[in-house]
Amino acid sequence: MPILEVNHINKSFGSTKVLNDISFSLERGKALAIIGSSGSGKTTLLRCLNFLETPNAGQIVVNGETLFDAADHSSKSDAEIRKRRLHFGMVFQSFNLFPQYTALENVMLASLLLAKERPDYKQNKREIHEQIEHHAIELLSQMSLEGRMSHYPHQLSGGQQQRVAIARALALQPDILCFDEPTSALDPELTGEVLKVIRSLAEQHTTMIIVTHEMAFARDVADHVLFMDGGVIVEQGTPTELFENTQNERTRAFLSRFSQNS
Amino acid sequence: MSASVTFSSVTVTLFEGLVTTAQLFFLTLVFALPIGLLLSFGAMNRWQPFRMLRGTKFASGRFGCALSELRPISLVVKTVVWIIRGTPLMLQIIAIFFGPRLLWGFDLIDRFPSALLTFVINYACYFSEIFRGGIQSVPVGQQEAGLVLGMTKGQIFFKVTLLQVIKRVIPPMGNEFINLVKDTALARTISVYEVLWMGESFIKSAGLMWPLFYTAVFYLAFNGILVLLFGWLEKKLDYFRA
Ligand SMILES: Nc1ncnc2c1ncn2[C@@H]1O[C@H](COP(=O)(O)OP(=O)(O)OP(=O)(O)O)[C@@H](O)[C@H]1O
Ligand SMILES: [Mg+2]
Repeated sequence: MPILEVNHINKSFGSTKVLNDISFSLERGKALAIIGSSGSGKTTLLRCLNFLETPNAGQIVVNGETLFDAADHSSKSDAEIRKRRLHFGMVFQSFNLFPQYTALENVMLASLLLAKERPDYKQNKREIHEQIEHHAIELLSQMSLEGRMSHYPHQLSGGQQQRVAIARALALQPDILCFDEPTSALDPELTGEVLKVIRSLAEQHTTMIIVTHEMAFARDVADHVLFMDGGVIVEQGTPTELFENTQNERTRAFLSRFSQNS
Repeated sequence: MSASVTFSSVTVTLFEGLVTTAQLFFLTLVFALPIGLLLSFGAMNRWQPFRMLRGTKFASGRFGCALSELRPISLVVKTVVWIIRGTPLMLQIIAIFFGPRLLWGFDLIDRFPSALLTFVINYACYFSEIFRGGIQSVPVGQQEAGLVLGMTKGQIFFKVTLLQVIKRVIPPMGNEFINLVKDTALARTISVYEVLWMGESFIKSAGLMWPLFYTAVFYLAFNGILVLLFGWLEKKLDYFRA
């Protein structure tokens, strides 16, 4: 059974249709890359998965559980949506770290708030806090940020900030981690360190969806690639299928534009 | 009478006035700051009760279309803020104190509470605009980052947004606080015995002008403390950029 099934998602803003009948599935432990030109709806798709946008039609199924069904009109409470969100993690193009917290605090904050809802929180406050801190330190070390834990975001380079953001997203152990162009806001010399981290996550079989303009990276790291254009999935397949045995004319045009640029 | 007026007796009298001034100042803040925050939420409220009209035949007309877009809470708050900010504070002080007397022939509330009420309304409106600016200047990405981490709206506001808002509103708030110290002098129009009224009273009672000018020292000292306080706060929040 795939960990994620997206069925017939449609999304419009007013009268503009941004996502048109998007369906795909993702196996546990696999990395999916989504490529496509600007405005093709990649960000909107990730935002739908993270419940930051509500699709007009379609379903989102995780581990066989239907998290979202546009046809189901019973309104969901904020608490329910919040719980569903936790299946997904999100890394934003612009990091969106909380500026008033250190790197470590950024990673710990959501876990601490969530722990307060545990019935045993009052009794085991100390241990719970230590556990969370321990986990956060581990994650930041995994991001090679040992020496930067007590730095505030403005004291970190863009690449370091993005790695903190990845650790923050991992802290809640989401089923599926989404990246929206994680290196687009970075200076070219800083993209490498972030891509390296994502690559190592892929090697550890973290289930991921990566929207990216880094074609070489997508080809290298992803198990499956989706090409989107104008709100539809034009072509999908393994990296070899998509990059070497390109079937669709539009995909070919897009890829050739890219190889010219780089 | 005038023989007994000395520098120290004037100072004592002005200190008595200063107590009233300080009461007006602090009580105004205690009420106007939270009310201002609530008003800022009101101004940003997006509730559209006639939304379901959208797409119907009724909404194709100009009136129907405007009605379907209407945000009544935001509209009411913005109108109130416009009226309060658009008219002189002195006029509001007079209207709130003498209004009931003209309408019903008696005073609804005493002079001091009446002045306080006016200051609270007036400053809550100014504060609400400062808060609104502060809240809206925090990038939406902050809220979205909180949401995808499973935080509630309340947690996001108190744990993520609020401190960034405070940092941003400190400079304009400093201005408003200093304005408030000076604006309390307007309470003298309805004979609240604050510093300026006390200073002025020596003109009639003793034919002395200098106590009136001496009040400036009290205002300067009061505001001096505020300047130091805000400088300290700004420094306190200097550890992060937002
Ligand atoms: N909130 C919104 N309101 C109206 N239109 C929107 C909104 N968000 C996105 N769109 C439109 O939806 C389309 C898809 O946007 P989206 O951001 O998903 O594209 P993208 O593939 O991520 O592009 P890029 O590569 O530039 O990030 C665009 O035409 C955009 O203008
Ligand atoms: Mg995008």
